[in-house]
Amino acid sequence: MSDPTARVVIIGAGHAGGSVVAYLRQYGFAGPITLIGEEPLAPYQRPPLSKAWLKGEADAESLMLKPLSFYVENQVDLRLGVHAVAIDRAAKTVALSEGAPLAYDVLVLATGARARRLTLPGSDLKGVLELRTAADAEKLKSALEGQGKTLAVVGGGYVGLEAAASARALGAQAVVIERESRVLARVACEPLSNFFQTYHTAKGVVFEVNAGVEGFEGKDGAVTGVRLADGRTIACTAALVGVGAIPNDEIAKAAGLDCNNGVVVDASARTSDAAIFAVGDLTQRPLPLYERSVRLESVPNALEQAKIVASVLTGRPLPAPEVPWFWSDQYDLKLQIAGMPFDADQIIIRGDPANARFAIFHLKQGCVQAVEAVNSAPEFMAGKQLVASRKPVATAKLVDMSISMKDVAA
Amino acid sequence: MAKITFVEHNGKEHVVDAKSGLTVMEAAVKNNIPGIDADCGGACACATCHVYVAQEWLAKTGTQSAMEESMLDFAENVESNSRLSCQIKISDELDGLIVNLPESQH
Repeated sequence: MSDPTARVVIIGAGHAGGSVVAYLRQYGFAGPITLIGEEPLAPYQRPPLSKAWLKGEADAESLMLKPLSFYVENQVDLRLGVHAVAIDRAAKTVALSEGAPLAYDVLVLATGARARRLTLPGSDLKGVLELRTAADAEKLKSALEGQGKTLAVVGGGYVGLEAAASARALGAQAVVIERESRVLARVACEPLSNFFQTYHTAKGVVFEVNAGVEGFEGKDGAVTGVRLADGRTIACTAALVGVGAIPNDEIAKAAGLDCNNGVVVDASARTSDAAIFAVGDLTQRPLPLYERSVRLESVPNALEQAKIVASVLTGRPLPAPEVPWFWSDQYDLKLQIAGMPFDADQIIIRGDPANARFAIFHLKQGCVQAVEAVNSAPEFMAGKQLVASRKPVATAKLVDMSISMKDVAA
Repeated sequence: MAKITFVEHNGKEHVVDAKSGLTVMEAAVKNNIPGIDADCGGACACATCHVYVAQEWLAKTGTQSAMEESMLDFAENVESNSRLSCQIKISDELDGLIVNLPESQH
């Protein structure tokens, strides 16, 4: 596969697509690269949009993955504000919203995911927001500026909780509305959900759980409240809808590539067409450590797959499989998660949630499947290594804070 | 501004001009230096921007925070001059800084 003159076309200029470019050039690939992005911006980091950037602690320039000069110096044909319309697999071309179709030898799909939208009455009111892009974040930031603002967050996931924390830091009120009985219901275990809800409550965030949303109320075209299924209305000056993301796999489906909640790829990030790869949030990918396939939405996942594609295209050996990991910053809390708690049969809590410093280990037959660590870097780092090594741990040691994680993992 | 030299594990040198206020990790990433992965983008969450600071520069790069220390504690091939480059802020004082990169960040 390593053809040094192959024409590489990448659709999607997010963290995944931008990283494919960076690793290809790092690994010495000298062929032509075209990077197509719908957004007007060169690849940038999304995670800070709900955290440091929203709080004004990071500027637009610091979000950029690479400076614009990088693309010039590395002869990358960067086409921004351009939409890929269709893939012709037989002719190996991509039709674009403007200009002639692009011919490729290797195509990389990195179209990511988009925020799931609610189709409820009032969803189109001004001030009903989502948070995915820099443009979304600009809108949210300006909605939080000034006195007397209340942000209603629909969906108690990570994006919603991070936005609520940032809103509080900016002096706004925040109400989190969650359909399930606890926040982070789909992505975290109950003790962790409880911890975050308690912590946010102490910071002044109001929670409405088991609360269905019926619609948004407005005045003069702008949102003024979120109407709940029980008839109450939560007054707000802006509403952020954070109810998950769906993969942008339409163009792949239309081209006849195998899709199943995302574009199906193998361990080489290759789709059902040998000339087409896919990376990042878009993909349904194998997870060798867990012997199953998942769709992950995370930067480490995008980077791992970007490295894989760059390795394949430059004839390098594939990198060793990585343990999936995630992080979130809220207030002074750093949450780091390693692994996935599939089939866990035991939960061990090390440390004390009351001190905001603890880790939750998910074990399967005595081996660590996942760790959720709050302000506990050693537990995260050691846990990540234990997930990779599949070495059984002594639970008596794991709960004993007087034994260092080095010794627990040894 | 500061001139920073990154030395890859294979000995290859990269000299970059970096703006004060950026971190050493950011300077590496913006210049696409191989060997600095920086998966988390500077949140001190991943320990994939590990560098070895040349001895004569160690004092000027400051001290490790507790967070950095515990992240590094579990990184591979850690030495007494190991740092996470996302935690080193560039200033004029660091003009001429030399850092060596480990063989792998993972």
